[in-house]
Amino acid sequence: MNSIAAAPHVFWAILFIVLPLFIVVYYAFVDSSGNFSFENITALKDYAPIFGLSVELSVIATAVCLIIGYPLAYIMARAKPKNQKLFVMLLMLPMWTNLLIRTYSIMAILDDGGFLNTLLNTSFHIVGTKGAVIFGMVYDFLPYMVLPIYTCISKIDKHMWEAAQDLGCNTVTTLTKVILPLSMSGIISGVTMVLVPSISTFYISQKLGGGTFELIGDTIERQFVTGALNVGAAISLVMMILILISLTVMNRFGNGDEGGIIV
Amino acid sequence: MKYASRIYLCLIFGILYIPIVTLILFSFNATNSTAEFTGFSLQWYIELFRSEETWHALRNTLLLAVLSSLLATVIGTAAAEGIYKMKNKLLKSAINAVTNIPMMNPDIVTGMSMMLFFAAVMGIFKIADYNTIGFPAMLIAHTTFCLPYVILSVLPRINELGNSLSEAALDLGCTPFQAFFKVKLPNIMPGVLSGLVMAFTLSLDDFVISYFVGPTNFQTLPLLIYSMTKKKVTPDMYALSTIIIVTVFLLLIISNLRSSKEERSQRRKRKGGGAK
Repeated sequence: MNSIAAAPHVFWAILFIVLPLFIVVYYAFVDSSGNFSFENITALKDYAPIFGLSVELSVIATAVCLIIGYPLAYIMARAKPKNQKLFVMLLMLPMWTNLLIRTYSIMAILDDGGFLNTLLNTSFHIVGTKGAVIFGMVYDFLPYMVLPIYTCISKIDKHMWEAAQDLGCNTVTTLTKVILPLSMSGIISGVTMVLVPSISTFYISQKLGGGTFELIGDTIERQFVTGALNVGAAISLVMMILILISLTVMNRFGNGDEGGIIV
Repeated sequence: MKYASRIYLCLIFGILYIPIVTLILFSFNATNSTAEFTGFSLQWYIELFRSEETWHALRNTLLLAVLSSLLATVIGTAAAEGIYKMKNKLLKSAINAVTNIPMMNPDIVTGMSMMLFFAAVMGIFKIADYNTIGFPAMLIAHTTFCLPYVILSVLPRINELGNSLSEAALDLGCTPFQAFFKVKLPNIMPGVLSGLVMAFTLSLDDFVISYFVGPTNFQTLPLLIYSMTKKKVTPDMYALSTIIIVTVFLLLIISNLRSSKEERSQRRKRKGGGAK
C-alpha cells in the first residue's frame, strides 16, 4: 500500500467538501435568476445587528463556560484516578444526549408555566431573555470546554507541582505560572469547541429565545426554509470566513500541540 | 479546600443533571403536562411503541449510522495509510487542511453547502423529486462529516507504529497488500475501531446536517424529535428521549467496564513480562 490509498478520500473530499463550498460562494454572488451580482453581499449589512448579537451571546457563553469549566477540570484532574473516570463518564452522558433533548428539557423547566414556576408557585419570566439563551449555550456546551482542559491538566507531569512548590510557588502562583500556561492548548480547543457551535446555533435560540430575537443561525435556517438560498449562502460564507480567521488566530496563540480530545 | 471543591463538583453536576432527571420523571407522567407531576403511568411509552413513525425513524437512523460509519472507516483508514506514506509535504498538509474543514466549520454551514450541492446535482441530472436521491444524499453527507474523525483517530496509530514492521513483512515475502492487511491493520485496529465508534455515534446524534440534507421520506430520530418539539406538549418526546438516554448510559457503562478490564489485564501482563 502506498500513498495511492488516499485517492478515494481525496476524490471524496474534493467532490463533497470542496465543491459544495464553492457552490456556496457561487450562490452568494448570484441573484435568484443566476446572474452575477453583489446584492446578497450588500444585503448583509441589514444583518449586522444579528451578527453582533450572535457574537455577543456566544462570546459571553464561552467566557462563562471557561470560568465555570476550568475549576471543574482542575478539580477532576486532581481527584483520585477511580473518581476521575466516574467524573468523565458523568460529563459525557449529557454530552451524548442529543442537544435537542437537553435544550427542550431546559425550556420545559424554565418556561413561564414550566416546572420551576409550578414547583415554586412563582412567575419568573426566564425563557425569552438573553440570559436564558446564554444559559442554554453554557449548559449544552460546558462538557466540550471541560474535557479538553481536563485531558490537558491530567497530562501535566505530577512532578511539575512539586518542582513549583520547591521553587517557592504557593498554590495560587503554581496555578497561574505553571498549570495555566501548560493547559493553554486545552483552553484553546475548549474555547473553539464551545464558540463555534454556540455562534451558529439556531435550536437553542428558537426554544429558549421564545421567538423574541434572532441569531445568525436562525437567519440562515429561515432563509433555508423560505427558499431565499442566495442570502443564506452569503451569510454562511461570511460566518465561515469569520470562524476560519478566528480559528487561525487562536491556533497561533497555542503551541500547535494537540491538547484536546474529541468525542 | 477539599470541601469547597466537593461542593463545587456537586453543584455543577447537579445543574447538569436536573434537566435530564426531570425529563425522565415527566415521561412517566399520567397527564400530558410537563410542568406538574400527577401520577405514574406508562401511557406515553405505549403510545410511542404503537407509533409506526418511531420505528421507521429508528430503523432509518440505525441503517444510516451503520452504513455511513462503515464507509467512513474504510475510506478514512485507507486515507490515513496513504497520507502517512505521502512524500510530498505540501500535498500532505493540503489534504489535512481540506479534511479538517467539516470538523472546523459550523454544522449549519456544512449542511447548507451540502444542500446546495445536491440541489445543483438535481439540476444537472434533471431530477425532479428530491426524495429519489434523498437517501444517497444523507449517506454522503453523514460519511463526509464522519471522515475527519476516523482519520484523526487512525493516523496517530499509524504514525506510532512506524514503517519497520511492514518492511519486515515485505522482506519476508508478503505482497504490499498482505503486508497491510495481515501485519499493519491488526496493529492499528484499536484506532480503526475507535474511529468507527465515533463515526457511528456522530451519525446517530446528528441533527443540523440531516435537517438541511434530509428528504421528506427519510426521517431519523433527531429529526423526529425536532418535529415533536414543534408541538406544545410533548410527553411522547420525553419517553423517546428517556429511552435514548438510558441506552447511551448503558453503552457508556459497558464500554467503561470493558476498558477498565482491558487496562487491568494489560497491567498484569506488564507485571508478568517484566519492566517495559
